Amino acid sequence: MRVPPSAVLGLAVTAGFVCLAVFAPLVAPYPYDSAMGKVWEDPSPAHLLGTDMIGRDILSRLIYGGQITMLVALGSSLLSFGMGSFLGFFAVVRGGWVDQVLSRIVDIMMSVPTLIVALVLLSILPLSLSVLIVVMGVLDSTRVFRLSRAVAMDVAVMDYVEAARLRGEGQSWVIFREILPNALTPLVAEFGLRFIYAVLFISTLSFLGLGVQPPLADWGGMVKENKDGLIYGEVAALVPAATIAILAISVNLVADWVLTRTTSLKGGRGA
Amino acid sequence: MPRKLITLILMRIAVGLLLLLVVSAVIFLGVEALPGDTAEAILGRSATPDALANLRAKLGLDQPAWERYFTWLTGVLSGDLGKSLTNGADIAAAIAPRLHNSLFLAASAAVIAVPLALGLGVIAARYAGRWPDKIISAVTLSTISLPEFVAAYFVIYALTQLFPVFQPVSMVFAGMSLPDKLRAIALPVIVLVIVVLAHMMRMTRAAILSVMQSAYIETAELKGLPPVSIILRHALPNAISPIVSVISINLAYLVVGVVVVEVVFGYNAMGQFLVDHVAKRDLPVVQASALIFAVVYIGLNIFADVVSIVANPRLRHPK
Amino acid sequence: MPDSLVLDISGLVIEATSYPPGARPRDVTLVHGVDLKLQRGRVLGLIGESGAGKSTIGLSAMSYGRGGARLTGGEIQVNGREIRLASPAELRALRGREVTYVSQSAAASFNPARRLMDQVIETSVSHRYMNRRQAEDHAIGLFRKLGLPDPETFGNRYPHQVSGGQLQRAMTAMALCPGPDLVVFDEPTTALDVTTQIGVLRAIKDAIRDSHVAALYITHDLAVVAQISDEIMVLRHGRMVEHGTCDQIINHPREPYTRALVSVRALNHVEKPPEPAIVRIDAVSARYRGTQSDVLTDVSMDVAAGQTLAIVGESGSGKSTLARVITGLLPPKSGQVWFDGRTLSRALAGRSRRDLREVQMIYQMADTAMNPRHTVDTIIGRPLQFYFGMKGAEKSHRVAELLDQIELGSDFGKRFPAELSGGQKQRVCIARALAAKPKVIICDEVTSALDPLVADGILKLLLKLQAEARMAYLFITHDLATVQAIADKVAVMHRGRVVRYGAKGDVLTPPFDDYTDLLLSSVPKMEIGWLDRTIKLREAAQ
Repeated sequence: MRVPPSAVLGLAVTAGFVCLAVFAPLVAPYPYDSAMGKVWEDPSPAHLLGTDMIGRDILSRLIYGGQITMLVALGSSLLSFGMGSFLGFFAVVRGGWVDQVLSRIVDIMMSVPTLIVALVLLSILPLSLSVLIVVMGVLDSTRVFRLSRAVAMDVAVMDYVEAARLRGEGQSWVIFREILPNALTPLVAEFGLRFIYAVLFISTLSFLGLGVQPPLADWGGMVKENKDGLIYGEVAALVPAATIAILAISVNLVADWVLTRTTSLKGGRGA
Repeated sequence: MPRKLITLILMRIAVGLLLLLVVSAVIFLGVEALPGDTAEAILGRSATPDALANLRAKLGLDQPAWERYFTWLTGVLSGDLGKSLTNGADIAAAIAPRLHNSLFLAASAAVIAVPLALGLGVIAARYAGRWPDKIISAVTLSTISLPEFVAAYFVIYALTQLFPVFQPVSMVFAGMSLPDKLRAIALPVIVLVIVVLAHMMRMTRAAILSVMQSAYIETAELKGLPPVSIILRHALPNAISPIVSVISINLAYLVVGVVVVEVVFGYNAMGQFLVDHVAKRDLPVVQASALIFAVVYIGLNIFADVVSIVANPRLRHPK
Repeated sequence: MPDSLVLDISGLVIEATSYPPGARPRDVTLVHGVDLKLQRGRVLGLIGESGAGKSTIGLSAMSYGRGGARLTGGEIQVNGREIRLASPAELRALRGREVTYVSQSAAASFNPARRLMDQVIETSVSHRYMNRRQAEDHAIGLFRKLGLPDPETFGNRYPHQVSGGQLQRAMTAMALCPGPDLVVFDEPTTALDVTTQIGVLRAIKDAIRDSHVAALYITHDLAVVAQISDEIMVLRHGRMVEHGTCDQIINHPREPYTRALVSVRALNHVEKPPEPAIVRIDAVSARYRGTQSDVLTDVSMDVAAGQTLAIVGESGSGKSTLARVITGLLPPKSGQVWFDGRTLSRALAGRSRRDLREVQMIYQMADTAMNPRHTVDTIIGRPLQFYFGMKGAEKSHRVAELLDQIELGSDFGKRFPAELSGGQKQRVCIARALAAKPKVIICDEVTSALDPLVADGILKLLLKLQAEARMAYLFITHDLATVQAIADKVAVMHRGRVVRYGAKGDVLTPPFDDYTDLLLSSVPKMEIGWLDRTIKLREAAQ
């Protein structure tokens, strides 16, 4: 199996980000919440990426911010993925009214842009990390539902699934042994896309002031905090912005590669 | 037009309106099901039960939810969106000019983005796998990875600091001349175009490629037709409906993009207005604004579906 | 020059790049040095099984490589000009004017968004040697000649508004409209029902004769090509096997492979004496959910124990729906299915494990009937485990036995379906059915997707297994040669009803009802002149 260089790069960068986030207290040179220098210092050996609008070390905030951003994104993408794919498969296997009801609910949820729905919900719910995770996860599960339902539907009409039903197999065999192995590759790619979507989503919410609340650091919030400096030529806001972009592009490169490897369902060994 | 076609179109519009009704109920009643209410939001956690009860009575919150929903809905239908909690201002009057500003911004972006995306999509499809396609695909893969505000700050930095051509703030007010207005919104429009362009172009490319792989395109090639006539006479008529749905899906990105971009540029319109009032927990304003976004969004989708129905030869010329 | 050389191909080599899943792409040679010559007014039949390279060679006459096929060697001359390395502009002129193409699926090859007339005259008008008026008049003449209804207004319709047989005729009109020197027919009747095929075949034959073009006629069906061509070239794996006049190939084939092709589908199974029924279908009517008309109306028939009942019919006859009713996938609206002395529950959910085990099913497309992520061991082993609780060594022993019964070695057990040929896949599906020790196997068009020689092998295997294990087969097919080869009893179905039913000898012997007569007389025979004789007989009868 040959992995193209773009996917290797994407994988390496993503892994690097994850390591930095996991070992944040060990690798971050300073704490995230106390001023260590002057306002908007330029990069120097002491502050590799400079300092922010109240003199905190940007690199340290970036590392701790990665921890929170990726934790929230991971939580919400696990939730959306688990809920969406379970319900999507369930709708296909049960069919009939179960499928109808679930599909119509998803249609309604998707008939309004996710950000707008999220804003309505956040205008009444308390702003905490767990609320953010649940709101984002539930809203985004609609996309996973549609994808996994479509993928499962493609597999479920195959004669081998009918053959299993004619044999008298139970639903767990049909789902886990017949459908799932043939639906896995697009779903794995989808997980990557959901994760990165959640990163972008939480960053956007934080940027709007409705996500992670200060003094906790997260990438979207860091852009918001430092945006006013831009008019004076201070680039502190661009550092977290670029970080978001780099992670997003890396994950997309990996997901793109997984998707192109999805051969037809007759594919054979290339699992 | 055949009767079946008209029935289908009317059905689609009816379904859309029904969906809108359901969405309005969700926006209003769904919020009721969540913990906390408006009175708590105004007075904060430390409020006494008495104060809460008084405020609830004053706001009509002691009425059953359904009743309040119908009062609200009939108000909305007659153009009355209620009063703001925070300053008591009439919401409809506050929204009207802002909606106008938002639509102006979105329309300006769409006018540039749609033809550009279709053109680039056609070029990428025409040279699929060759260098023009590879360049376009690589650039768009990077730009779809950017959230709107990230793209916005890169554009701001580039065009106000590195190459200072524009002012970083976009103020539009009544009485401004059109050229002044256009100059004021140039930066946000550039950002919106960047954000929407990549998605729209990638989907256009995919739509055209899938049409180009059909057997009837091979037939056209085997008939010795020149490439231009293959694309214009054979591919395009069949690509209309996928392309229209591409446009409508992406105008939806525009709706969301508008919210963020307005905040970035301090552009006084619907998105900015909505976000401000979410932060202030001013529920009536949030509900009214969300409903307007839903109307625009669902309306665009209905329009796209109707175009697809009309473009389908099987429906236009039944057996 | 009436007999000038239109097409002269020599030493043609065609290559393509194949992308096997999970492996490096590699170049494969599709055609290894084929020569052919074709004169004006002559029809050359290209015949072979799938992978023989016949379509690839046909398209090379237009210098076109489908799916990335590359014409890498040899010479292709059309009207004396070399075209293999022609410029795009020269190719457009060639394809518009000199060589035209009729494909297997006219339904997909016509643009759904445009009227038929616009498409039929497009080449003539766009290459500017007819004005619109002339081209339309010419097209209407062709519509009339090809026997299309209302030739004056036929062209105003859209492709989805006309039937499959009519579309195939319209595509022939499209190919003939610019007055080409050579027409490539690529399996033009393969997708049609036999009763439609005969009319289209005749229309094509007349049109070729009247317009005095040269034609390459590509098909896998030797009986069809025998009716229409002057010469036949037999191809296999991209090489020529034999080339001769139609008479020589059909009546005096020299090569063993050609002899095998000629004698294929000539199996004849001697029907067994009557036996008591094991399956009794009793007055079954059925419709699909949400539809208003019955797909099956009052269908009754018996399957005798250890024997084969063949159900013949064309598309839309309801034969596959009947299989769904018997298996319980589609509960009937009325009527019952009896099995081995008991009533089968109408729906799948109500059937016992024994009911399910004793009625097995084999599908048309072996490709989609096996989970691509399971090995052959798992595919065959699962029913053993599921129905008989077999495990470990006992199970592998039984799987090996079954593989042996279907004439595959036990090393096939480790393979995935994608690593098997079409015939091997169908054999594995048979083994899976066999593993359940069924009393009845429903075979739904199990040989129709296979090449004739491979199909013969499958039929022989099924007969052998029936003799060993005394299973009954309910054999659904559209092909009468298959019926001859395997059936003891036959039911002819048409539009959801049984129109004729009985022992094979009785059903296939006159006097016939109208539909059976039409069906039987429409099946091409491996005899030169069959088409002309049949048409003459039909015209005389009217």
